[in-house]
Amino acid sequence: MNIIISNTAGIPIYEQIKEQIKAAIFNGELNEGDLLPSIRQLAKDLKISVITTMRAYTDLEHEGFVVSMQGKGCFVLPQNTNLLREQKLRVVEAGLLSAINAAKLAKLSEAELVDMLKLLLEEDNYD
Amino acid sequence: MINILELNHVNKGFDGFSLQDVSFALPTGFIMGYIGPNGAGKTTTIKLILNMLSLDSGSIKVFGKDNKICEQEIKEKIGVVMDQPFYVDEWTLLDVERSLSPFYQKWNSSKYSTLLKEFHLDAQKKVKALSRGMKIKLMIAVALSHEADLLILDEPTSGLDAVARNELIDILGIFMTDENKGILFSTHITSDLEKIADYITFINNGKILYSSTKDDLLEKYCIVKGGNGTLNPEQKKHVIGYREHSVGFDGLIDRNLLKALPKSVVTEPSNLDEIVVRFTMGEKQI
Repeated sequence: MNIIISNTAGIPIYEQIKEQIKAAIFNGELNEGDLLPSIRQLAKDLKISVITTMRAYTDLEHEGFVVSMQGKGCFVLPQNTNLLREQKLRVVEAGLLSAINAAKLAKLSEAELVDMLKLLLEEDNYD
Repeated sequence: MINILELNHVNKGFDGFSLQDVSFALPTGFIMGYIGPNGAGKTTTIKLILNMLSLDSGSIKVFGKDNKICEQEIKEKIGVVMDQPFYVDEWTLLDVERSLSPFYQKWNSSKYSTLLKEFHLDAQKKVKALSRGMKIKLMIAVALSHEADLLILDEPTSGLDAVARNELIDILGIFMTDENKGILFSTHITSDLEKIADYITFINNGKILYSSTKDDLLEKYCIVKGGNGTLNPEQKKHVIGYREHSVGFDGLIDRNLLKALPKSVVTEPSNLDEIVVRFTMGEKQI
């Protein structure tokens, strides 16, 4: 797993760490039972403060992604795959809904909208 | 032991300068940056911790023990890096070891030679032939060779180039992978601390203005800017280090007071430097 911190992104560093670890869990790079890098090791490698790293890990623990075991480290918890899929589907739905609303404003017919989607899918080599 | 270092209501007076009611605590396992302008009292505080000066009132605890009563015991486990090494110029680095090791029960000779190699220091070289960056690394090598748990660094980065500063930050990071250690790091170059410090203690004119986590400090204040005449005198009072120029104003503000200001002002995150500067300059008009 890679973690890349940007100091100019305007997003707090702990937030960046959190999001990147979550992304690694979502895309299967990190699996149930995997050990996260130790807090102090990560702080050293990224040259950031221990407190910042702790905050990222504590947040991940509260959100149910990892569990920390005294003296052993932080482990990835099993994720509810149905729930994850459901969340992703909701994002897709929201995107499509806003496209439909925009199409109404542009007075696009249903057929034209579907054609447009098909065209975009082709360009994207979607499969 | 929760706090590796603790100062309680420390007072020390000199002619024309005094430390007043200085209190702060560094929890074990963390790095504290001790910041403030030149002459604020940083070195005086460090000398008091090391019992090189005696305090007028208050108490200082290192590893949970009084720094005067248990001085010997405490100093076995403190590593000190001052702006200049206190070794004789004519000593070679081997002489440094020969002269210092008898003072420490836990002196680890093989660690010393390993560290010299790691830091690219030639053991045959004389102290006076070392560059500033090398001298700092030598002092750190000595501190680590007697198994120090608490590092006290007084302005270690001043006069170092960017490469040497980066190396120093790396060394400190490795040191802190052990959760039983602690570092007090005084400096006026705050960019080095911006990343690695867990806690910040800010001193000005012998008084502590702030002592808590770095993240809280950076979240508490932000930079505010706007056009001339935007603020009424009442609102100006909220702005720390208010500066007015021909085409506008800028300053630092507590985020909680932002709502008292007109919507037209612009805000941006502050850095440690800006906080030190604004607090130090007070209400100065240019």
